[in-house]
Amino acid sequence: MDVLLQQLINGLILGSLYALVALGYTMVYGILELINFAHGEIVMVGAMVSVSVLVALTAAGVPVALALPLALAAAVVVCVVTGVLVERVAYRPLRNAPRLAPLITAIGVSIVLQNLAMIFWGRQYLSFPPVIEVQVYAVLGATVSNIQILILVVAALTMGGLLLLVNRTRLGRAMRATAQNREVAGLMGVDVNRVIAATFIVGSALAAVAGLLIASYYGIAHYNMGFILGLKAFSAAVLGGIGNIPGALLGGLLLGVIESLGAGYIGDLTGGFLGSHYQDIFAFLILILVLTFRPSGLLGERVADRA
Amino acid sequence: MIGLLPDRLYRDRRIAWAAFGVLAVLLIALPFLVEAGLGRTWVRILDFAMLYVMLALGLNIVVGFAGLLDLGYVAFYAVGAYFYAILASPQFGLHLPFWVLLPMGAGIACLFGVLLGAPTLRLRGDYLAIVTLGFGEIIRIFLNNLNAPVNVTNGPQGINMIDPVRLGGHALTRPIELFGVQISGPHAHYYLFLGLTLLVIFAAIRLQHSRIGRAWAAIREDEVAAEAMGIHTRNVKLLAFAMGATFGGLGGGLFAAFQGFVSPESFTLMESIMILCMVVLGGMGHIPGVILGAVLLTMLPEALRYVGPLQQELIGRVAVDPADLRMLLFGVALVLVMLFRPQGLWPSPVRARELHPDNPDQVRQEQESLYDAER
Repeated sequence: MDVLLQQLINGLILGSLYALVALGYTMVYGILELINFAHGEIVMVGAMVSVSVLVALTAAGVPVALALPLALAAAVVVCVVTGVLVERVAYRPLRNAPRLAPLITAIGVSIVLQNLAMIFWGRQYLSFPPVIEVQVYAVLGATVSNIQILILVVAALTMGGLLLLVNRTRLGRAMRATAQNREVAGLMGVDVNRVIAATFIVGSALAAVAGLLIASYYGIAHYNMGFILGLKAFSAAVLGGIGNIPGALLGGLLLGVIESLGAGYIGDLTGGFLGSHYQDIFAFLILILVLTFRPSGLLGERVADRA
Repeated sequence: MIGLLPDRLYRDRRIAWAAFGVLAVLLIALPFLVEAGLGRTWVRILDFAMLYVMLALGLNIVVGFAGLLDLGYVAFYAVGAYFYAILASPQFGLHLPFWVLLPMGAGIACLFGVLLGAPTLRLRGDYLAIVTLGFGEIIRIFLNNLNAPVNVTNGPQGINMIDPVRLGGHALTRPIELFGVQISGPHAHYYLFLGLTLLVIFAAIRLQHSRIGRAWAAIREDEVAAEAMGIHTRNVKLLAFAMGATFGGLGGGLFAAFQGFVSPESFTLMESIMILCMVVLGGMGHIPGVILGAVLLTMLPEALRYVGPLQQELIGRVAVDPADLRMLLFGVALVLVMLFRPQGLWPSPVRARELHPDNPDQVRQEQESLYDAER
């Protein structure tokens, strides 16, 4: 079996998941210049809700073809409500406060969501019900499962939809205008509050999709899965150039590939000193390196240091 | 105890000395009062409160004085703790003396602070927060995994049987009789931590009012203006970072010796966030406020223990595990404080005025002091 190709494929799948989450960070950052710390937790909520609904529906004998979309719909509804609520309660009142204030509330919200999820769902892992029979295909000496293909297709469709929304619709134009200059957009008749709420709605819906896909990818959902995932996705967004939508896609895919190649080869590279359990440090190393040497990211044009 | 009482009282020397004396007696008697009232466990909690006061004051230098959000503060705490743990435990059979290792550990933590700060302090505030957070996670991942191929940190099990603090050949964990009073381990640690806390408070106050402290405040308020005034912003920010890290390392060494055991679990991001909560809740940049925040937040989880029985009584069962409630309340507190009282519970007068210039009380105070000045 071709190890390199296999790692590349795994990396791309993982990367498409990171990219979905990274989009949520980048959209909010583009418009509010706020690191929406709670976004990772919204993904977690999406995963937990979709898994719970899926378990309940399949237990009730609902066919998979119906249960999956229903679970996704439930996750989208819960995530959107959560996301809008968070924006309304924790971010909107602080829109003109010093920069650190909304960042601290974002951390607070993230802790609250995580602990509420723990109290609601308990500490144990929820396992994704085996609704899809796993089939493995051989491709050029590597293997791909049907679930992986499904993830890739759904992620690609979602991102395509987002690009259309942002570039081709009225709402998308309003979003881009608000991102460029909130005050002037307001003067041009854009209802800034509605645009920001819409951004959170779209971002949270993406998070719900990501949550379902991630739960199916790992086979489990857990109340503290969101945090590290959120950090990695944020790193991906920074790598691509935060505030830049194609950048988030590129950054997510790159991070996925780097992580899976890194985890595969770190043992050989360091003579066995560091093993594959160091996988998690790559995201942070990339984050620190990118911010140090190219704070605007790969595709970003903005200068990061706007104080 | 400067700043703990209204300024007016200091003008009368006798009142100041009397207050100081009362406070000193109170602080010395405190562990005995606490033990009599609440039991021995609360003396240990008191020790931890002191430890957190030191840590919070260290983080306050970075967040409160210089306005740099550091979300990986616990990394420096971990460095200090593991430095002591590795060199004074059966892990490598090394048992170097505490009083040599403690300053060295603080120094190493300081070095880590400089290493992290040098490349990242050019970044804007929120990026810095994320980078420090990532750094904290990297340190924790290393602590968790550095048990192979060479066992340095003993991985997730952590390092056990760490040497206690020794004072003149006496291990502080063992009870001792002094002047006919039985002094137990937690009591002895209380006095040690109290002494060091006072030193840290003194250092923090001196730093705040020094030339560097004023430079930090200037950077916090407006970095561009500060630079225009001739402040070398990068170096001064780096100094704040290094100084905070030093205090973190100091706290870590004390923690390792006091606890006798360290594991990566003690150095999670939530720990960083808890220390940040202490600073934010108490009042960023205001030393008495930060002390209050640290003491309150150390006591809170312990007080929450009583929530379990209370639920039992009210609704007949324990619906929510009190331990789970702790972090939830921290999160809620962070949000509420930022929304309704961004200056903290006990803010510095200057900060409070900045955030609420129309507060009639403060306007009056300001006019009074102007009147004083005119006379």
